[in-house]
Amino acid sequence: MIWDLHGHFSGVDGATVDERIAKLMEYADRMGVERQVFFMGWPWSQDPTPEEFRKQNDQVLQAISHWHDRAFGFAYLNGKYPAESLAELERCVADGPMVGVKLWVSFKCSDQKIDPIIERCGELKAAIYQHTWLKVQGNRPGESTPADLAILARRHPDVSIICGHTGGDWTRGIRAVRAEPNVSIGIGGSEPTAGFVEMAVRELGAERVIYGSDIGGRSYASQLAKVYGADISEADKELILGLNLKRMLTPILNAKGVKR
Amino acid sequence: MITDININLSQWPFRRLPLDETSKFVARLQQNGITQAWAGSFDGVLHRDVAEVNARLAAECRLHGEGVLIPSGTVNPMLPDWRDDVRRCHEQHGMRSIRINPNYHGYKLDDPVCDQLFQHVVTHKLIVQLVLKMEDVRTHFPLMMVPTVDMTSLPDLIQRHPDVRLILMNNYSTLRSETLSKIAQKENVYFDISHAEQVGALEKMTNSVPYTKLLFGSHAPFFYLEAALLKFKESELGETMTHAIQFGNAERLLNEQ
Repeated sequence: MIWDLHGHFSGVDGATVDERIAKLMEYADRMGVERQVFFMGWPWSQDPTPEEFRKQNDQVLQAISHWHDRAFGFAYLNGKYPAESLAELERCVADGPMVGVKLWVSFKCSDQKIDPIIERCGELKAAIYQHTWLKVQGNRPGESTPADLAILARRHPDVSIICGHTGGDWTRGIRAVRAEPNVSIGIGGSEPTAGFVEMAVRELGAERVIYGSDIGGRSYASQLAKVYGADISEADKELILGLNLKRMLTPILNAKGVKR
Repeated sequence: MITDININLSQWPFRRLPLDETSKFVARLQQNGITQAWAGSFDGVLHRDVAEVNARLAAECRLHGEGVLIPSGTVNPMLPDWRDDVRRCHEQHGMRSIRINPNYHGYKLDDPVCDQLFQHVVTHKLIVQLVLKMEDVRTHFPLMMVPTVDMTSLPDLIQRHPDVRLILMNNYSTLRSETLSKIAQKENVYFDISHAEQVGALEKMTNSVPYTKLLFGSHAPFFYLEAALLKFKESELGETMTHAIQFGNAERLLNEQ
């Protein structure tokens, strides 16, 4: 069973989001991916205004509308606009079909201004995917690191948070979040460097490791390989490939009456 | 039957890799249908005693390669008397190819020394494996940030050396450049697939590059071997293209020497 945490509508042709998701699902079928999470539309906006993130979320809502039990949506928010983001959270998640949120590179998640969004996600049992990177050349001004995410996680110990990309440099990223039991890591969206998943399982336990691809900019092949190629038990692979994400999403899927 | 033209032996300088012991690595290759693998050495990236690196690589392939490993020696033209390394690769070790790492070794593709190297390898009929990068530049060790090889002058270099059989390795950024289709038309230029990304990466790659110019390369054990293998599940290429990329093109390239 494969549930994929991380997908976009890039990498395929298609004038509409409906055309694109249909093509992406063909690839998902080939690779045995049963469920696919999507967030953000296009064009990319690294620091979206409320108008922009609402528009991108509309694209996701449209895309998943024909794939009810197969594709899940996370709402794209911007911590710079807490009031508007909260309103979007209500529209897309509380009152809509989405089951999580995506926070990207506009606003460091260690900043307390983001707390109302995290608290509301906790109430809704919505998944929180926070992009993180540790670029040796330096991050963007608003780009969070795993250490930023650890600070956030300590303020919200009862809320599950996903450390997107594990900081890219996973050797440091894993260590940065190791002490925060409410943090899981997303292993997608980086090169398929060997040893990543082995270290993650060793240091965090397989229960805190979640597969995702970051299609269409990345391939299913390179990202699934991180799990298939890892020297870990089959039981751990099953957790990472799908069971952990399913467990995380089950409360909110049940609340929305989505078949699992 | 698969020929992997892009693997390395020994140890990556900055961390241990799960398959950096040759016998264990060869077993994994065989389990996955790799029948021949062109092996470079991680040591060649940083070591200066390249002659010893290449001798050790050749011995390792011979003693522990199980008939699968073919050594591909390192040549660093910034070292004194590098021509003798080329000679030894060919004459002493019977190598069919060499690897170059211009970014780690400190020269550019339009430097005169690169022309000298290309002129010299022709006399030994060696294939040149040009490694454009080893790892994501964003995750380099902070005291050793090495930019990806600048490909700006590559078309001119290729134009000047039509007799050099050249494989562009770890070429993700190159394959997204506008010069790709121009380079791909050159008879003597090949590309490995190790860094082909996006969904359906090989389907897209074969739209830009003739499938006859693509070679199976994994960049293992730095990358999980499965990343290259699974690309053939994600893309529907058909039997002819699959066989060519996984085996036939490499075989033809070797036989052209």
